Amino acid sequence: MDSLRILASIAVMVAATAATRALPFLVFRDRKVPGFVPFLAGYGPPAILTILTLYCFKDVDWTAAPHGAPELAAAALTAVLHLWRRNTLLSIVGGTALYMVLIRMV
Amino acid sequence: MESTDRGGAAGAPRAALRAALPATFPVFLGYTTIGAAFGLLLASSGLPLWAAPAMSLFVYAGAAQFMGVGIIASGAGLAELAAATFLLNLRHMVYGLSFLELYSRAGARKPYLVFTLTDETYALLSTVSVPPGVDPDRFRFWVSALNQSYWVLGTLAGTLAGGLAAFDTRGLEFSLTALFTVLLIEQTRKVRSPLPYLASGACAAAAYLALGPSRMLLPAIGAAGVLLFALRKRLEARG
Repeated sequence: MDSLRILASIAVMVAATAATRALPFLVFRDRKVPGFVPFLAGYGPPAILTILTLYCFKDVDWTAAPHGAPELAAAALTAVLHLWRRNTLLSIVGGTALYMVLIRMV
Repeated sequence: MESTDRGGAAGAPRAALRAALPATFPVFLGYTTIGAAFGLLLASSGLPLWAAPAMSLFVYAGAAQFMGVGIIASGAGLAELAAATFLLNLRHMVYGLSFLELYSRAGARKPYLVFTLTDETYALLSTVSVPPGVDPDRFRFWVSALNQSYWVLGTLAGTLAGGLAAFDTRGLEFSLTALFTVLLIEQTRKVRSPLPYLASGACAAAAYLALGPSRMLLPAIGAAGVLLFALRKRLEARG
């Protein structure tokens, strides 16, 4: 893959990430924070996380066997583990391990 | 460097590091493991191996890095990558806004503290109290620096393992789905109203059906943004 394109991609990610972290400090150093900023910062994350979680399932073929069963089962295990123990590491490792096993079985 | 009148361990640089080490131990376990998974995933994605430590050093945002590997490897455009990264990391703004005061006197360490404010570092710094006799700014610096070093360490280990041996990593990419599932559940503890989840979920479904899997992301995000601001009064009335 073209190194320059990867370098540009990483640079874009650095800029976009640093912007989210630095903007509050740069913009609101001694100015009142306008109301839409906490609104966006508060309600943006649930919206984008919903979209990105669904986006992870975009390439699942629901019409052919196994109809997304490994994905749904592994996501369900991740959610159950997380609701039960609230240990991020356990939830991710558990769900991913189940997925890796399931796709080798079906 | 150190003024003697501060006495004892109070101002000693090592005291802050010694206090930060045990405080960051849970993050050590999490970051080395998930960092290693990220390194393995990148090594198996076809991207050059140097991209893994480069991302962990300079992007330093776990979910965005996992997502970035997928987006870059799929050949999607830079605009899509920028928008998805920015919006995914929008939650960092909440952390920044709540630390405006705390970091205002951090001096030369402030840029690094701001740059390394990840989910876990924020969670730790906003809950752990600075041990007595330890300089708070030094303590926060060491917590931030140790956390990033764990992330880079895990990344290097995973990248090396993935580059050296041919693991059967099929299915490892599900770690991104699992990570987002976890972040989404964590989010529901903070924002309890179902409206933003349902509204954005509907936008994602509509974009998927109308435009197909490869072109759904940006339109879904855009539509959800418009819908969110249209619902702003109702959301803020709920508190």
